[in-house]
Amino acid sequence: MRRYEVGYFFQEGVRGIFLHGFMSFAAVGVIAACLLIMGSVSLLAVNIDITIKEIQSQNEILVIIEESYSEAEANSVGTRISRIDNVADRVFVSKDAALEEFGRKLNNNFLLEGYEDEDMNPIRHRFVVQLRDVSQMRETIRELEDLTGVAAVNAEVGITDFILSIRSVVNAVSLSLIAMLLGVSVFIISNTVKLATFYRREEIGIMRIVGATNTFIRWPFVVEGFLLGLMGALLAFFVQWTVYNYMSVRVTGVIPIFSLAPFGDILIFVLPVFLLFGFVVGVLGSVLTIRRFLRV
Amino acid sequence: MVRLIDVYKAYDNGTKALKGVTMRIDDGEFVFLVGPSGSGKSTIIKLLTSEIRPTEGRLMVNGYNINTIRRGQIPHLRRTLGVIFQDFRLVEKKSVYENVAFAMRVVGASPKEIRLRVPYVLDLVGLSHKARRRPHELSGGEQQRVAIARALINNPRLIIADEPTGNLDPARSLEIMTILNKINSLGTTVVTVTHERELVNRFARRVIAIDGGRIISDRTGGYYSQ
Repeated sequence: MRRYEVGYFFQEGVRGIFLHGFMSFAAVGVIAACLLIMGSVSLLAVNIDITIKEIQSQNEILVIIEESYSEAEANSVGTRISRIDNVADRVFVSKDAALEEFGRKLNNNFLLEGYEDEDMNPIRHRFVVQLRDVSQMRETIRELEDLTGVAAVNAEVGITDFILSIRSVVNAVSLSLIAMLLGVSVFIISNTVKLATFYRREEIGIMRIVGATNTFIRWPFVVEGFLLGLMGALLAFFVQWTVYNYMSVRVTGVIPIFSLAPFGDILIFVLPVFLLFGFVVGVLGSVLTIRRFLRV
Repeated sequence: MVRLIDVYKAYDNGTKALKGVTMRIDDGEFVFLVGPSGSGKSTIIKLLTSEIRPTEGRLMVNGYNINTIRRGQIPHLRRTLGVIFQDFRLVEKKSVYENVAFAMRVVGASPKEIRLRVPYVLDLVGLSHKARRRPHELSGGEQQRVAIARALINNPRLIIADEPTGNLDPARSLEIMTILNKINSLGTTVVTVTHERELVNRFARRVIAIDGGRIISDRTGGYYSQ
């Protein structure tokens, strides 16, 4: 392809956008609207996921060691705990430290008077264990219980199950919404491009009769689709940015536990996805639609 | 050169448009193709431009075998042709200059070649002064001259004019035929499909009459009777 041909295709693509102003406006609007809805749903899902992970990380398992075990023996159990695949981290808490912390929580140390003596301390050595994958909590608890020297394992399995079910519901809803909107947007854009191409069918017919190749006819439409997709994606991106920043302040104010990730952190993922979507929908929509007119 | 040897064309709906047409048009000839509506004239034009293929028989146009031509070769065949239609078929949103120039762009001409050639051809059809106008700002005769300029721009070997004067008054019709005659005198083969007996007889050229899908007369001297 010669340089002046590339220039011509771009010139014609841009011309097409302005010549069919309303259609172009509609196409950019539809691309931007679909991206905004999909982007918002995806960002909501991502943020819920982040929040859930944060809550999960605070959900720890307490492994109580046999009463008769000394601190050294308890530490050897700790080594075996670390060997379990799903264990991300374990922190040893001696019976003395545990008693002290218990006292702090009660804020009423006199209740513990008389327990300072090691033999009288009713609390046992323990490990605070964090898991890699909370969904495998039940299996990991069984493995921990099977270890020699472990007297009991305490975990909030009910809370974890609840959190996991929320996460799967949110993921399922957002995935179905994204799939549905993707289908709707492709359908709407395909129709928009179809209308634009139908509007220019006579021009295409003339191009064919003067000896234009299919490639030559196709390129200006591809450029037009590409530019419309790009414009829609950029418009959606900047609107998304503004809305996200506005919402993050509002949401954090209302629900402190739900902290939104700063847009700067997710920008690097959002922009390429938006641009890719705009490119694919714009170019593919044009190419697929114009094929019909090139078969004549 | 155009050659049809025992060409038959039947459409999918069963209509038999051509029933064994044989003709030869040599380079540099001027031929009128005449006949009533439904006689098969338009089918011959569509065959020449490779919009359709013959059902039977052989067809050669400017060295291309239409029976076996590949899809990718069709644009190259069409670049050896200049086609003029009754309804002009100009792009309304392009100026006169752009309508003509874009036929050159299609064949990969450079901007410099376009700048040199388009004014020359517009001058040939007497439209230099209306280069910036849009088709709707022109009269029917002027629009047809733009279409002729577009057909001529790539120096085709064969001009096919399908009822070029069908939408024009007698004076403008004569003007258009005079231009086509002039183009032919410069060496380009011209095939004109028309109903207009007076025009045909006035120019005294070869006339091929077709009716019911068959050639019923082929004579030189411009005699066309209905």
